[in-house]
Amino acid sequence: MKVILDAKQIEAALSDLTDSIAQQVSANVDIAVIGIRSRGEILAKRLSQRLSDKLGKTVPYGTLDITLYRDDLNDPQSDAQPTVRSTELPFDINEKIIILVDDVLYTGRSTRAAMDALVDFGRPKAIRLAVLVDRGRRELPIQADYIGCKVDIGPGQSVEVNLVDTDDKDQVIVK
Amino acid sequence: MAKKRDKKFRWQRKHLLGLRELDREEIEFILDTAKGFEQIGARSIKKAPPLRGKVVANMFFEDSTRTRNSFALAAGRLSADVIEFTKKSSSVSKGETLLDTARNLEAMGVDIVVVRHGAGGAPKFLSRNINACVVNAGDGFNEHPTQALLDVYTIRQMRGSLDGLKIGIVGDIAHSRVAGSGIWAMTKLGAEVTLIGPPTLMPAQAHRLPVKISYNLDDVIEQLDVINMLRIQFERMGKNPFPSVREYSHFFGLTVERMKSAKPDIIVMHPGPINRGLELESEVADGPNSVILQQVANGLPVRMAVLFLVNQAAVLEH
Repeated sequence: MKVILDAKQIEAALSDLTDSIAQQVSANVDIAVIGIRSRGEILAKRLSQRLSDKLGKTVPYGTLDITLYRDDLNDPQSDAQPTVRSTELPFDINEKIIILVDDVLYTGRSTRAAMDALVDFGRPKAIRLAVLVDRGRRELPIQADYIGCKVDIGPGQSVEVNLVDTDDKDQVIVK
Repeated sequence: MAKKRDKKFRWQRKHLLGLRELDREEIEFILDTAKGFEQIGARSIKKAPPLRGKVVANMFFEDSTRTRNSFALAAGRLSADVIEFTKKSSSVSKGETLLDTARNLEAMGVDIVVVRHGAGGAPKFLSRNINACVVNAGDGFNEHPTQALLDVYTIRQMRGSLDGLKIGIVGDIAHSRVAGSGIWAMTKLGAEVTLIGPPTLMPAQAHRLPVKISYNLDDVIEQLDVINMLRIQFERMGKNPFPSVREYSHFFGLTVERMKSAKPDIIVMHPGPINRGLELESEVADGPNSVILQQVANGLPVRMAVLFLVNQAAVLEH
């Protein structure tokens, strides 16, 4: 096990993400942050607070459960019991710029599922992708717009994002 | 509502035949899964893709409005194709057996068979003889698992949990598959169930069930947190189970007058269709304590969850 980001570095990464997102949105466009369950949800909440402070207006956040859109649902090899949870989007996504948030970007399959799920809720003005860690090795043609930290981690290892809300402390580890 | 669940828990059943055989964890898993399906009905595109390319056959050998439409809509919202099959419009009227009918449907590539049948055990019989998933939509006097699931889902929605709640099931228990499933769902989730009705409408083996029995609604109504009024099923009854409809209504009907002795926040349920003025007075059926339409609405996410889970179990089997 190796720590690749500690609490301070996560803090700094979120701060950088906030700055780059804020720079690129014009004042007259509504933005909202949507996190992919479950770690993306917590990151989305933090980002929405930071963005609200930075932009001086409320940036709402929501949670997306992508289970029903996963491409391995009918794959007998997948070993986890898919647990369907609720999606909570307490705002209209039409005409908004949606910042989609995930903890780790790897194959790109979760992002594909999330985009399919999102467009069933409406037609956002744009969807941008923000991730805390980009570990490379994509299987789909998907790239992030905002990246907290970039590392190349092979398929034999796993990247785990711990956040104080659900785990003991903020840290990103490689196992 | 969703609790931490053992990570090793895995839904393994490719058939849902009844709730008697399920344990608490399985029932709660269905209800928690259903919660995730609730919002699909509220968004602009009321569909999700998990059963894309799958075929669901709705085989109803008895009349039904709510259950059949609810299953059809649930399957459609999961992107499955649905074959509607009713006794009157099919070759069953030409004498085809249940098994032949099901095998023929299966030959067309049906993945899930939703079956309602007048004979108790028909879904179980099917599940042993075909490869498709089988979901019981009501079999004889035996079980109607999805109705009971949507009932407990509705109670959980109102109260958070069934633990310690006192629930009365009133009326024609003997002919009720709703009670047949409800008793198991409610007691397994921690509620105390009392069956209330005239002795002629109690099941013969009622004392072997994990329930209390009362022949007098007025004796127990003040203790109840939930009252589930069953429909008097005239079509299933023999001769004269009670002297007159008026007398039944007098002793076991839920009237405005009787509601005065109930807890002010008692939850009033009915599986529908209502015999208005018989088991339920209209003012009560449409009153503030009634959750009857909420029950119907909850049928959708609950049936979506069931269809989704049996299909998942079938996928893992291969």
